[in-house]
Amino acid sequence: MSANGALLHVHDLRVTIGESQILGGVSFQVREGGITGLLGRNGVGKTTTLRGILGLVPRTGKVTLAGEELTALPVHSIVQRGVGYVPEDRDVFGGLTVEENLRLAERADSEHRYALIYELFPELRERAAQRAGTLSGGQQQMVALARALLNASNRILLIDEPTKGLSPLMVKRVADALQRAAQIATILLVEQNLAVARHLASDVVVLDQGSVVFAGDVAALVDDPALARRYLGLSAAGSGH
Amino acid sequence: MSTIVLLLVTGLGLGALYFLVAAGLSLIWGLMRVLNFAHGAFFTVAAYAGFFAATALPASPWLQWFVGLLAGILAGGVFAVLTEIILIRPLYRRPVGQVLVTVGLALATLALVEGAFGSDPRQVTLPDWMNATTTLLGAAIPNTRFVVLLLAGLVLAGLLFFLQRTRYGLIVRAGVENRSMVSALGIDVERAFTLVFAIGGMAAGLAGVLGATYYGTIDPSRGTTMLISAFIVVVIGGLGSITGSALAAAIVGLLQQFLNFYAAAGVGDFAVVILLAGVLLLRPGGLLGGPAT
Amino acid sequence: MSPRFATFAIAALGLLAAGLPFIGLTVPGLFEGPLNSPGTLNLLGLCFVFGALALTYDIVFGFTGLLSFGHALYFAVGVYVTAIALVRWHWSLPQALALTALVALVLPLALGAVCLRVRDIPFAMVTLAFAEAASILVLQNPYGLTGGEEGLALGSGVLPAGLIGVANTAHLYWIATGVLAATGAIGWWAVHSPPGRVWQAIRENERRVAVLGLNPYAYKLASFVLSGFLAAVAGVAYLLLQGGANPQITTANFTLVLLVMVVLGGVGTLWGAVIGGIVYEYLDFRLLEFSNGSGLQDLPAVLRVPLSEPLFILGVLFIVLVLFLPGGLGGLLRHVPRRLPRPSG
Repeated sequence: MSANGALLHVHDLRVTIGESQILGGVSFQVREGGITGLLGRNGVGKTTTLRGILGLVPRTGKVTLAGEELTALPVHSIVQRGVGYVPEDRDVFGGLTVEENLRLAERADSEHRYALIYELFPELRERAAQRAGTLSGGQQQMVALARALLNASNRILLIDEPTKGLSPLMVKRVADALQRAAQIATILLVEQNLAVARHLASDVVVLDQGSVVFAGDVAALVDDPALARRYLGLSAAGSGH
Repeated sequence: MSTIVLLLVTGLGLGALYFLVAAGLSLIWGLMRVLNFAHGAFFTVAAYAGFFAATALPASPWLQWFVGLLAGILAGGVFAVLTEIILIRPLYRRPVGQVLVTVGLALATLALVEGAFGSDPRQVTLPDWMNATTTLLGAAIPNTRFVVLLLAGLVLAGLLFFLQRTRYGLIVRAGVENRSMVSALGIDVERAFTLVFAIGGMAAGLAGVLGATYYGTIDPSRGTTMLISAFIVVVIGGLGSITGSALAAAIVGLLQQFLNFYAAAGVGDFAVVILLAGVLLLRPGGLLGGPAT
Repeated sequence: MSPRFATFAIAALGLLAAGLPFIGLTVPGLFEGPLNSPGTLNLLGLCFVFGALALTYDIVFGFTGLLSFGHALYFAVGVYVTAIALVRWHWSLPQALALTALVALVLPLALGAVCLRVRDIPFAMVTLAFAEAASILVLQNPYGLTGGEEGLALGSGVLPAGLIGVANTAHLYWIATGVLAATGAIGWWAVHSPPGRVWQAIRENERRVAVLGLNPYAYKLASFVLSGFLAAVAGVAYLLLQGGANPQITTANFTLVLLVMVVLGGVGTLWGAVIGGIVYEYLDFRLLEFSNGSGLQDLPAVLRVPLSEPLFILGVLFIVLVLFLPGGLGGLLRHVPRRLPRPSG
């Protein structure tokens, strides 16, 4: 554990894909416990930051989890160290059943997590034998979240736009699930819905054009219309409540 | 009638050989997106390994045949695993490079086998029962056809069991869909790569020995013919689909046998190519594959 | 390399190549006889033909990004159509060439139109399948046209006198040199023309080309037909140099060998492909001579067997190149000028 209580350190993360630089040296920390929001306009590199932490894209820089450096490890080893991932487009295995999707994510200590998952998302038990590709978007999101929660050794969950494209009712359920999840793991959350982010996150990190432009308390950002407009775009301002 | 039955069983037997080669190709392609041109080399090396293992042993013909079978499976598996570890793995970030090394390996292996053992076919000795025929619905069918069909059927059942009922099978099926998400769940997908190469190599090795049983001879170039037929089977059946490969292998084997017999020699081989073109144009994903991406 | 230097170098090489039959020098180690001996000229002619052929494959594979496994088919059109017209139908050479040109345009147009409906690996497979069908056809010897496994020798009386006999090897050599020069010039012009730039854009990102309002299908088909036609031209030169057709050049293995040539020289550079084709053919020929020579007979079998198989050595060389030198020989040469200090001025 590092001295200042931060769980995840990202230092000078750079990602270049082809000719274009997506991230130009991103540095921030995620405090242990609770939800840290990763915000910014479309296309500023939020998803790439998460993928860079996991090593799903070639990157340079340094990523440490509780003082242990992850950067040189292959993706699966990083995940095994306790980094869970819920990708932007859910990426459920459409040809596999719901049950098989969950079974893939199982670890030795997953048994007791099933109770939590089925409590949050009873549909997953009912639809265990259904192919995940035939589920609705909201149900697929449940599968994706459940996969990350099944691994009890996960210390931090990287969750990418879990409410994207969902109905208001489903947004509420996902938000509730995230709150429950935050009690058992730290969450780094990419969220476009500012109301949800304001509701869930305590700290925020704001990206603009591939680097961090703001890091601190969520209220300081969202409740200042000028700042919010500058970093998150016009549409964000005023939608905070 | 008896001719039809004979052609039917013989065509299915040929299809069984195609399936054994195609199954591995299909899994390797599905999981790793590697078009493995060396798969025919696995077949050839296994055929010769089986031949020499069997003849080196002073034993009864049945035991010899059995030892040859095991030696072929082993040789195919070992060759495939070495190929994956030494040649494919360093090129994970260069997909075209992976195809190219398998092309080089295919050419080099063929040349080496030809140089070492000559390009003429060699006669294999089989147990007497396999040289005999069994009468089925009036048709005298060589017993080797049944052996080939039986073993290919067992492999099909075993592969389906592996894919549907085991954890590694689950990983392979998930990896065929989305490899990077499998590793993002904390699973070392590269171990599954070695595994599918081992399985594919063993199946091709089995096909190498069974090919010798089916034809009664071995020669260096049959692996290439098998490879091309297996490519056609894999594409028709749908890349990555084992059941699709089995179905397409049967269709291709039957089509070849019937047309080569009733039309003229070579017409069957020709028709298979036309079938491939037709399937690709009408259903680019193959019979049991999803839409091509 | 600066454009002016390149032009100068190509002109100098061209002059040297054209004048070779007048040079009686011996180059020990490289060639058996003097440079203007029939044996050396025949070998060099074959090398140039394969240089040209590799270049045509590079147009479709290296520049347009189409992994065709059926290129041998179009080379075979040049070889077999000409040979059949000359030997079986007793046509004159110009008549045979006219028919070959027609087939060499129509066949890639028709097959390309079909194959290009699919992409990537399915495209590779369907081109391979068509080429394989043609290979089967040639081996079946329909109506006694192709000669099956025996092939088709041109024999006496089918060619003009100036193209027959050891004494006239220089003429054949000049034809091969001319084919290489013409293919090189057309290839260079094509890839630098506006459509050629679209080919390279398709190779990088086909969807972006479509977004720009261009029809990738038409451009890909043009590339396919041009490279197919030029391959057939190389096939004619090959037929004349070899004095006959053989079914080996129709097989899938032959297309794989083409792939090896292009990658050997460097994908996506015309002169790289030419070097690849020349070096491959030269090595293939010399390694065969070497394996038939007496030097190998004393070696133990473990060494003698692999060393006496040119395709084994070339296959291994190819694997090593792919693993350790992704740019091919061309890539290696391209780095040389950067390492050398710039001349002052």
